[in-house]
Formats: sequence, C-alpha cells, structure tokens
Amino acid sequence: MRRRGFLRGAASAPAAALLGTPAIAQAAPRVVVVGGGFAGATCARRLVAAGIATTLVEPAASYLACPFSNLVVAGLRDLEDQRFGFDGLRAAGVAVATQSATVVDPLARRVALSDGIVLAYDRLVLAPGIEVRLDALPGYDAAATEAMPHAWRAGPQTSLLRAQLEAMEDGGVVAMSIPANPYRCPPGPYERASLVAHYLSTRKPRSRLLLLDAKDGFSKQRLFERAWSELYPGIVEWVPLSRGGRVIEVQARERVLVTEFERHRVDVANVIPPQRAAPVAREAGVADRSGWCPVDPASFESRLQPGIHVIGDAAVMGAMPKSAFAANAQAKACADAIGALLAGRAPAEPRLINTCYSLVAPGTGISVAGVYRPAANGLLAEIPGSGGTSPLDAPPEDRRLEASHAEAWFAAIAAETYG
Amino acid sequence: MEGRPHRRPFAARPGAAAARLLAAALWCCTPVAALAAEAGEAPPGASACTGCHVPAMRATSIPPIHGQPAAELAAALRGFRSGERHATVMDRIAKGFTVEELDALAAFFARPAP
Repeated sequence: MRRRGFLRGAASAPAAALLGTPAIAQAAPRVVVVGGGFAGATCARRLVAAGIATTLVEPAASYLACPFSNLVVAGLRDLEDQRFGFDGLRAAGVAVATQSATVVDPLARRVALSDGIVLAYDRLVLAPGIEVRLDALPGYDAAATEAMPHAWRAGPQTSLLRAQLEAMEDGGVVAMSIPANPYRCPPGPYERASLVAHYLSTRKPRSRLLLLDAKDGFSKQRLFERAWSELYPGIVEWVPLSRGGRVIEVQARERVLVTEFERHRVDVANVIPPQRAAPVAREAGVADRSGWCPVDPASFESRLQPGIHVIGDAAVMGAMPKSAFAANAQAKACADAIGALLAGRAPAEPRLINTCYSLVAPGTGISVAGVYRPAANGLLAEIPGSGGTSPLDAPPEDRRLEASHAEAWFAAIAAETYG
Repeated sequence: MEGRPHRRPFAARPGAAAARLLAAALWCCTPVAALAAEAGEAPPGASACTGCHVPAMRATSIPPIHGQPAAELAAALRGFRSGERHATVMDRIAKGFTVEELDALAAFFARPAP
C-alpha cells in the first residue's frame, strides 16, 4: 500500500527527475525535516548551522503557536501575535518546501511531497505534532468541532472558542472536557481554565466553569486549585474521573456533554479530545499501537524505522512532557545526534531541560521544570532531586516574576526557532 | 550592537584577568570539562539553556548568560543548586547537574560569542 502510493507519487515528471539522483554515500548528506513547529523548525536551523543541507517540509506558509494561545481564548491577546513565518529559516539557509509529506519510503529513504516532488534523504526528522482525534469520543467528529471547539491547535478553533465565550450571556455555564494522558501540554487545560475563569469573573461574573476531567490528578494541581479558590471563588468546579468527570459522549447540536453519571447541557463547550501523533507518523510506520512514536532517547531515532528520527509532541519521551520547550530542546539534541551519526560517531548522551510556565491570571505565573537524561529503561527519566513546581507559598512578587519569565521565554524560543 | 547593550566582550571587561583566574580556580577539579569548554565543545545541557537564554535578545526578566564572566555564572549556578541563591526556576534546573557540570556550562557560556 505504502509502496504503491510512493510509486504513484514518483511517477510525475519532477519526481522522476529527482529519482535519477539517489543519495549515494559520497554525496553531501541531506536531511529532510517534516513539520515547522518548535521541534521541526529548531532542528532544521541547527542542522544547517552545522553545515548539513536540510529541507523543511511544512504545508502552512506560517506557523501558529500554541503557547500563549490560552490568552487569545480569554480575549487578552491577538491570534496574529501567535504567528511566525519561515523567512528567518530561509535566511539561515534552510530550504523550505511549503508542501505536505504524503508518502515516506523508509527503505529507499525517500519522501514524496504533495506536489509530486520526491526528496531523497540520509536522515529524516519527523516533527509533525499531534492529530486531534475525531474518532475517539462518540459524537465528537469534524462537524462537532464547529459547535464545540477543541482549540487545541492554534488557529480558527482558537478564535471560535473565544467568539463563543464572548457571545455567551452572563450566568451561562462553560464546560471543558479534558482528556486522559498523554496529550499535548499537560498543564494547558488548567491554564486555559484559569484564564477563562478570569474572563468570566471580570466580564460575566454570574457564570460558572465546569471542568470534566478523565483524570484524578494533573500537572501543577495544587497551584492551580489554590489559584482558583483565591482568585475565582465559586466559578471553577473541577470534576475528576473518580467523581464521574470523564466525558464518554457529546451531543454537539444540543451542547450536551455526557459522563457516566450525568448529562451536562452547557452554553459553551470546549472539548479537548484524545490525541495521537499526526498522520504522517503512521504513514512512515514510526507510530506504534498507542498512536505515538517510540524513539531512542539519545538519538531520537525511531525504534520502528531506522533512519527516521521523531521529536516533539508526536514522540514518546518518557518523563518529558509534550511541550514547546521540550520540543525545542529535543530538536537541538536531535540535530547534534544526526551530525554525529553522519560523521560516523555515536551521539553523546543528551541532557534535556523542560520549563513550562502557566498563567493563572494575567501577570501571575507558575511553572513546572525538569532535567532529563536517558535511563536504563530506554526512556528519558527525570534526574532525581531536580525539577518540580513553583512553591505553593511563593511570594506574590515571584508569581509576577514567573509571569514575566513566561513572556520572556516565549520571546526567546520564538527568536531561537523563527527569528 | 543594538539590543544587547549589557553584553561586553569578556576580554574587554575591567577585571577580566581576575575573573579568568577565579574561573580557572573553579575549574581546577575538572580539567576535562574546562578543556572542552575552551575548545568550544558544548557540555551536557548547554543546548537546552538557550531555550530561554538566547544570545542577542532584548533585555527581559530572563538575564543574559552569553559572554558573561565565567566566575559570576558559576557562582550563580552553584548558588541556585545549593539553594543559597533565591530563584524562581533556576534552583529546580541547577539541581539536575553536578557542580562540575555547572562549572563547565559557566565556562562554555562565558566565551565571547563567535
């Protein structure tokens, strides 16, 4: 199936021309990176900086970033402030193909693009991000995303959720359906809850926010719960799995969320459904039955397909969460590993850092951090004694400083990745 | 250069020689890490630091590290690790490294930008 698709893609004229010049050992090594998010764009840049010819394949002409998009949902930031172009990468020497990768042939080490071009590679990096599953929650299909936006990939969905909140009458009920692990940005739903609660408390104070959760615990939980009770008393109600929080069906037209115990008819529903690695990962054969991509924790090379590396949210990174910070850190380590492999050396053991800031209100920030290295179980593990969350009793000036750091971090990662 | 007024070349700083001596003293127990840093080889974790500490950024609440005196960087990192120096997040990060690894990072980022 895969092979036939590949040959069909290869039958067009430009593809045939490229097929005449396969990668040979003597030629300068070529790397193809699929995905222009924080993982893919960072990796492509660093590969080029190391003198490795690299093509970045990304169908969108610009990238809309998820970090800080919860501020957009809450009406505190413009969606366009989330947009980053690829001119910085072009100027740095990355060849940018504004195409989708349609077919991956791991044996021939070639990838076909939606315009029929076929690129040969020595190493392929897949950084495709997530697919929001529309087959995992009964009733939540493509049409349902219009009535009950997920807003879990920044873009029109983000604007739609914001518009629904703005159109809601005071006294309404907003509900969020929050999935089980793993999913993109573990603290993200709770930051969103905080900022939506801020919007409601300042604009629609008789309204309520119901959090229907498929889990019994979550990232930075005590910090979020403290913030909700202090800043938004009477507005936020969190219903964990054990109290019937898991949404098992949605009825989009009626705006009903069904749990094992109850039917919740609400005014605005934000359904964050289960996720998996984006489709190109399955096409390339690097996703396992979990839907995610197991990798070697030192080289990020796929456990399933040699020559293909997977980084960012699509990959299984052990203790390291699916975050933009983590994706950027993995991308640099992956580029270094590829440089070593292409030079015939073993990759050095990476030391990775993650820091995730969340805003519990505008100007009030909390964080979780971790330092990671490969462990004996073949996964990235947190170094004992490192990491953890902001202290529960941190002084207000530290919360303000962490909000400043959040903003400074976003500017920094955007500059490093796209600037 | 615009946008980086606080970043002076290491060698041009007053007291640079003293700082270099102090830095050398800090490295005394880790000649390998020091040599690696001198050679421009990135020690473990260095590539992750630039997720926040980007060279040539405008001034933000996140302080610059590139081209700063090695002794100052090493003292700060050691203080974060031991808890003697107040931090929001760097204490949690510094604890993921040995003192020797922190000194190697300090030496690496102290080098003048190429």
